[in-house]
Amino acid sequence: MKRRSLMKAAALAATFGMTAGAVFAQEAEKKVIGVSIPSATHGFMGGLNWHAQDTIKRMGEAYPNIEFVLSTAPDAAKQVSDIEDMMATRNIDGLVVLPFESEPLTAPVAAVREAGKFVTVVDRGLSQEGIENLYVAGDNTAFGRVAGQYFREHLEPGSKIVVLRGIPTTLDNERVDAFQKALEGSEVEILDMQHGNWNRDDAFTVMQDYLSKYPEIDAVWAADDDMAVGVLEAISAANRQDEMWVVGGAGMKEIVKRIMDGDKQLPVNVTYPPALISSAIEMTVLNFMSNAPMTGRFIIGSQLITPENAQQFYYPESPF
Amino acid sequence: MKRLDLHTLGPIVALVALVILGALLNSSFLAPGNITNVLARSAFIGMIAVGMTFVITAGGLDLSVGSMAAFLAGLAIIAMNAVLPSVGENWGTILIGMGVAILGGLIAGYVNGALITKAKIEPFIVTLGTMGIFRSLVTWLADGGTLSLEYGLRTLYRPVYYGGIGWITWPIIAFAVVAIVGELMMRHSRFGRHVEAIGSNDRVAKYSAIDVGRVKLMTYLLLGLLVGLATVLYVPRLGSASGSTGVLWELEAIAAVIIGGTALKGGTGRVWGTVVGVLILSLIDNILNLADLVSPYLNGAIQGVIIVLAVVLQREKRTADER
Repeated sequence: MKRRSLMKAAALAATFGMTAGAVFAQEAEKKVIGVSIPSATHGFMGGLNWHAQDTIKRMGEAYPNIEFVLSTAPDAAKQVSDIEDMMATRNIDGLVVLPFESEPLTAPVAAVREAGKFVTVVDRGLSQEGIENLYVAGDNTAFGRVAGQYFREHLEPGSKIVVLRGIPTTLDNERVDAFQKALEGSEVEILDMQHGNWNRDDAFTVMQDYLSKYPEIDAVWAADDDMAVGVLEAISAANRQDEMWVVGGAGMKEIVKRIMDGDKQLPVNVTYPPALISSAIEMTVLNFMSNAPMTGRFIIGSQLITPENAQQFYYPESPF
Repeated sequence: MKRLDLHTLGPIVALVALVILGALLNSSFLAPGNITNVLARSAFIGMIAVGMTFVITAGGLDLSVGSMAAFLAGLAIIAMNAVLPSVGENWGTILIGMGVAILGGLIAGYVNGALITKAKIEPFIVTLGTMGIFRSLVTWLADGGTLSLEYGLRTLYRPVYYGGIGWITWPIIAFAVVAIVGELMMRHSRFGRHVEAIGSNDRVAKYSAIDVGRVKLMTYLLLGLLVGLATVLYVPRLGSASGSTGVLWELEAIAAVIIGGTALKGGTGRVWGTVVGVLILSLIDNILNLADLVSPYLNGAIQGVIIVLAVVLQREKRTADER
């Protein structure tokens, strides 16, 4: 309902435009879409930033009367200011937002929605339900479960594994809980779970210490490809490559390439595509440009990348 | 005199206590492999912290070193990848990369130093600014992703981090040399005396015919050089650099300097204390990983408590001295 009245208002504004000058009458009404995402602080976000820019360029060419405002924020406070600025100075019609944190962003995004804008929330849900028109996200539970099932099926009973966790967040908890649940009842023992913060250097350090601490490790769930790179380096420095394999996550191109080449140390990977921002932006554009309904929840599944299907997950141009 | 010894011994006592604690908690703590790991990973922060000791002793501060290291690592990787086709896959290319890192470090240090001494801007503000600039530049160079060294070059360059004489790897050797030279410079060179003099009172130093601006500039140049050197040893470890490289290294370096007994307000510098401070910080991390003492969520809290405790112990002893 709100949206329809907004359309009316926009149509009215367009009529005013027409009376102001006949030239403008030819142009369809301009729509401005704000895109607010965290800045590229680690590999996954780098990929997400790249896909956001790429999609905006592509959509801008395909739909000349859609205009985009992209802002990247290093923290939640900056993101709130960005969104306020978009509302105050750019008069956006739609907002695509990947909240840095759920709590602090809930009220500002709710205000955007109350102003009658189309709101798309990506990946991290707000802490209150029903604010957004469209929710696009990866499936964190499946991300952990798919990895857990692979460990369960491919390890002998009595095997020992170590886990590297990300930055302490609900997202990380969901993944780890699902992973542990998938392993429940199997004879696979999780020796340790420490935070590698989705960072290569931190993961390297944590893995070195795991290797000093545990004489027997059969597999590592690195849960992220940046961390997997650090883990692999630590393993090869300790010369224990033949002893264990590593499963990362998110589908970084270098890792996918190694799976494609049949690397024994990296048997599989689990997707969590940074391109999910592209789905969100394109669906928001279509909301304005087509009659197809674009509201609801759109959950992108996590798939297992194996040497057989790796080709279709390989994007050589993306930085991630 | 005896009391003075006591307070300078503070950090060493803490270090010894940590070593004993580590050995009691896990038998693999004292294994050569673990010792190599801890010392080698301390080397980057360690070399930077030795440079930082001079900057802080002269009454300055540098917040940009972590970002600078990331930026230099990015530059070195880009340079090596760029000259690879013409120079080939050999040590020449790697030497060019090392040269870029060291020269870049000197230039970056000069920029910081010149803005502070010539444009007379507060060091905190200058380096807060350059911290943001270097961090953004490396993210921009990497297009938000990761800069990676070509595979062949990596294999060739790798032994610089992992190789060495027996279990004493090159980063450990470099760190030791930097620490010894730094200690000698601080204690026994004219430059060291001038640095301390400027830090305790720069006006008096100026009236004593010390070229205050030049000496201060030199401290930032020295720090830039050491950041470059740390980068040379960092790049072969993972062969990559990204926006998340070297995050918070500046604070670790500053914390190590202060734990080691250098005064944050300047005037007294203790290079060997800094080395002990760096080792304390790495050991805390290592012990927390090796022993499941607390929830990993609390690791940061434990580090915070130990840092504050180490400084509090010294402070109490220092006021006792003054009494």
